[in-house]
Amino acid sequence: MTTDMRTRLAGLELPNPVMAAAGCAGTGRELAQFFDIARIGAVVTKSVMLEPRAGRPAPRVAEAPSGMLSAIGLQGPGIEVFLQRDLPWLLSRGGRAVASVAGAGAGEYAELARRLSAAEGVEMIEVNLSCPNPAGGGLDFADDPAEAARVVHAVRSHTRSDIPVFAKLAADVPDLVALARACVDARADGLSLINSVRAMAVDPRTLRPAVAGGVGGLSGPAIRPIAVASVYRVHAALPEVPLIGMGGVRTGVDALELLAAGASAVGVGTVTFSDPSACVRILRELEELLEERGADRVADVVGAAHRPVGAPIGAVLGR
Amino acid sequence: MSDNGPVQTRSPVLTVRRVDAYYAITVVAPQIAERFRSGQFLSVAVGGEQSSMLLRRPFAIHDVKPDYGGTVEFLFAVRGPGTAWLAERRQRDLLDVVGPLGRPFPLPRDPVNCMLAGGGSGAAPLFPLAHALRRRGCRVDFVLGAASADRVFSAISARRIAETTTFTTDDGSFGVRGRVTDALERAMDDARSDVVYACGPMPMLRTVAAVAARQGVPVQVAVEETMACGTGICMSCVIPVVGEDGITRMVRACVDGPVFRGERVRFDDVGTIPFDALGAPGWKARGEDSADSAGGVADREAG
Repeated sequence: MTTDMRTRLAGLELPNPVMAAAGCAGTGRELAQFFDIARIGAVVTKSVMLEPRAGRPAPRVAEAPSGMLSAIGLQGPGIEVFLQRDLPWLLSRGGRAVASVAGAGAGEYAELARRLSAAEGVEMIEVNLSCPNPAGGGLDFADDPAEAARVVHAVRSHTRSDIPVFAKLAADVPDLVALARACVDARADGLSLINSVRAMAVDPRTLRPAVAGGVGGLSGPAIRPIAVASVYRVHAALPEVPLIGMGGVRTGVDALELLAAGASAVGVGTVTFSDPSACVRILRELEELLEERGADRVADVVGAAHRPVGAPIGAVLGR
Repeated sequence: MSDNGPVQTRSPVLTVRRVDAYYAITVVAPQIAERFRSGQFLSVAVGGEQSSMLLRRPFAIHDVKPDYGGTVEFLFAVRGPGTAWLAERRQRDLLDVVGPLGRPFPLPRDPVNCMLAGGGSGAAPLFPLAHALRRRGCRVDFVLGAASADRVFSAISARRIAETTTFTTDDGSFGVRGRVTDALERAMDDARSDVVYACGPMPMLRTVAAVAARQGVPVQVAVEETMACGTGICMSCVIPVVGEDGITRMVRACVDGPVFRGERVRFDDVGTIPFDALGAPGWKARGEDSADSAGGVADREAG
């Protein structure tokens, strides 16, 4: 038997739940050398900002145990180039575009949302509230539920009503569930969990921070258990809110774990740097795992970890 | 997916050799070998499938041979646990390799005199380049330097390929005591060099570019910068490079390079974001500008 791999995220239907995560796929152009970008659920773009941005000085990355530290600083060409060059390219390849947005304040986010809404082909907007490392201080909207809510509300108010808005949150905040609730109350249609985790390494030769920014973002399998816990806790508190789970997914098993914790789709991030075709490999592995488990559709396993002991797969709400 | 882009392969190791202070690994990788042009590199996963070492290690391709359908050789020094793991590979072990990556050295159209300057393991990509230049009828001269004798490699094959070869070592244990850049100017005068190709650490490249500029000779440099992916997606290996439009951009050493025209790299500003770089804090667009991420930095003309 085959599993129906389609998944729904707040009214948006994707052919499968595997997405390339923001900042780990550009707009798909480089990865397209290794696989057909149209095969995966969606490509979440590198965060789009209003103006071109040079990012942080090098060194920007360092290896960490089962992960990587990065402080890129949201380098990008700005929304003009995104709309004229990058987005049309992705659409021409049959890719589905989720635009990640980042700005210096609610006004910038609103402006980005307005212009992306007016463009054809953006299927979803992901609000990057929590990138720990843009040059000139972090985006710390995500540390303060009221601030996060203000940004989410601004984006939702300026985004076409048929385009879902997801807020991307970091796990290293005082109260993740309260933050998630504040974003949903501000009319976020769903949440992306999690962004990289603030972390640091010191270069033993120079005794200076290993990445120029000092504190960077830790990503990769090192943070996967944190991602699983975050998805699990938020899904328990807000079971109706669709979640995209991400953080250290390296295999189909990892993707399945996040689905079971409560995610309806899964982002594939850092592994793409070491395995450029990871997205399609993980999709294939996930499909096999779901078939082995007799799942008719992806939704059968979403939130499975929350079910009482002994509940069979498929015993989900609405079936 | 494409005919000339990089491929990811599981390649069997053919040989692992000690070459003085370095190791050389040859893998059977026909698809990489057939696509390769000198100056390009590959990246290797280290530590095995369940390794906690996530990032690939990038290495310049030092040699390509037609045996077994196509082999590629890369050199490295053991610097940490990743390269230590590589040094322990044996024949028939499989390596996960992605390549060829990056832009190659542009070759001159006419047979001209080419000076090749390499520092330490930076000399590696200059050997396939030397062969390609010789096939075009160019004269090739080498200046190769390193910290000590055991870090100057392939001295014999350099002498075989080149018209003249100058060796330098910091400690004087081989060739002339001093640095590559100390010997370069004189070697260029003697060889009447029309173009310089250089690969090595950034400080060396900076001086090579300055010497070439002083002599009014075009220079192509292959830079080394910390990189995570090698495929152009992670944006970690950026350096400030001046485009044809005069605008400085932070461009990726892995896909927009590693080869650049020496005079376009702002060596003094490597490791910083120059205030006038596109998108730097306070930067304002000047006139007609398309903020293309690599606006004309990749000039294909060597000389």
